[in-house]
Amino acid sequence: MTQEIAILGVGMHPWGKWGRNFVEYGVHAARAALKDAGVPWQDIQFVSGAATMRCGYPGYVAGATFAQALGWQGAQVATSYAACASGSQALAAARSKILSGECEVALVIGADTTPKGFLAPAKGERPDDPDWVRFRLGITNPSYFALYARRRMGLYGDTSEDFALIKEKNSANGLNNPYARYKKAFTVADVMGSAMVADPLHLMDICATSDGGAAIIVSSLDYAKRIGKKNPVRIAAISTVTPTFSSEVVEMPDIATDSSVAADSHRFRPALAKKAYEEAGIGPDDINVAEVYDLSTALELDWYEDLGFCERGEAKNLVRRGETKIGGRLPVNPSGGLACFGEAVPAQALAQVCELTWQLRNEAEGRQVANANIGMTANQGLFGHGSCVIVKR
Amino acid sequence: MSAKPQVPALEGWFTMDAKPQLLGSRCVKCGTFFFPKKIHFCKNPACDSETFEEVPLSRTGKIWSYTNACYKPPEPFIAAEPYEPFSIAAVELDAEQMIVLGQVIGGVDVSELAVGMPVELVLEPLFEDDESIKMTWKWKPAA
Repeated sequence: MTQEIAILGVGMHPWGKWGRNFVEYGVHAARAALKDAGVPWQDIQFVSGAATMRCGYPGYVAGATFAQALGWQGAQVATSYAACASGSQALAAARSKILSGECEVALVIGADTTPKGFLAPAKGERPDDPDWVRFRLGITNPSYFALYARRRMGLYGDTSEDFALIKEKNSANGLNNPYARYKKAFTVADVMGSAMVADPLHLMDICATSDGGAAIIVSSLDYAKRIGKKNPVRIAAISTVTPTFSSEVVEMPDIATDSSVAADSHRFRPALAKKAYEEAGIGPDDINVAEVYDLSTALELDWYEDLGFCERGEAKNLVRRGETKIGGRLPVNPSGGLACFGEAVPAQALAQVCELTWQLRNEAEGRQVANANIGMTANQGLFGHGSCVIVKR
Repeated sequence: MSAKPQVPALEGWFTMDAKPQLLGSRCVKCGTFFFPKKIHFCKNPACDSETFEEVPLSRTGKIWSYTNACYKPPEPFIAAEPYEPFSIAAVELDAEQMIVLGQVIGGVDVSELAVGMPVELVLEPLFEDDESIKMTWKWKPAA
């Protein structure tokens, strides 16, 4: 079991399509987190940035970019890029420095400005790049989400209505979240009536891309105590493990799975959760609230099973019975999830932790989960990057 | 029918015969298959081989899952005008124990597909330019 660190403060810039420089969102979020923590900027000893790949060189060195924008003050700095898990890797870097004694208090930060429409690969003829090849063949991100969704329908009898129920639930949750981009209640009929994008997924089953920023101030438990933080939310686990060869499920951006003739096949998402549970010394039954990556509505159902909230094939029953609504047995995505936010890649994993921090502090106004003491995040992106974070109080 | 020559859209990824096959590679040490074939190091963590042989992959398999592309994908996809939606299948190959993605042949709607359905590999145009028709592999429901 790894030692814990404290979350002193969290802050976000509202998600949207604001079209401004990503640094603005990051600084806004950082100032909010510093204020929430009651820690002056000059006291931050380490800035751990999550990089963005779409905003030029300042995005590649995001840690330094944010540090400069907040005012150079001589802190240590690092930048992590791990697709959707970038924020968690930046958080893991801060935890390592804190637990090794290299620093006591750190700012972890990510922000993004996104283009419109489908996420597309870099230009040029690059047949050696699997990401380029799959786009040349017409296989987009929604294609993968739809393959997983259709597989559920074929194997477990899930229906399009089950997927739409996820959107209905998440859109209801996001209504009262000041940081959500979409604040409108959608019904199952709205989702089913929206345009088909990648059968069986409709437009409203698939998350958008957004601008946004999120920041977290973390410290040693000793530092938290010294500045008078009683019973802070703590980070009990950060899992950023790779998949294990061979792959059972075809993952973005691959055109094929590994062959399993020489090694048993494994799923990636449950592996992320397994490591997090081991590190925190708890199991799925201990989780009170979760923020999972609903890149598509159907993917949220995959996560229920991958995180061990139910047996494989049973996820549809959880949503049908309302068990993952606020007020249910195990609320999932009380923030509204990606359905209400849209994805701002380097900020998203941190936004999940921000939401759980508010939930565990009983400060999630209008979307509060009762008796939330242990929360879990989960996400997954390109090239075997994913993460699970467990927070507790 | 255009008189333009047919050339592979991805050079060396498949054979151009009447009964086409995807060209993968196999690790000579642990036997793992790979597609695409361009590989320099075996991805099996228990194997340190750097030697591979080119092998044609099974041309038949079963649908693991399927979908379609209702909207025109972004570049580098090259779409015909007007855009024609197409179906996509992920297909399990028994011998190689792997799943390979690809378009489904033109004119097959998702309503005609099912998980577990047998399919075979054929070649069809992906797009054409001034010089040639660029061919790719597609999955065709088995008769």
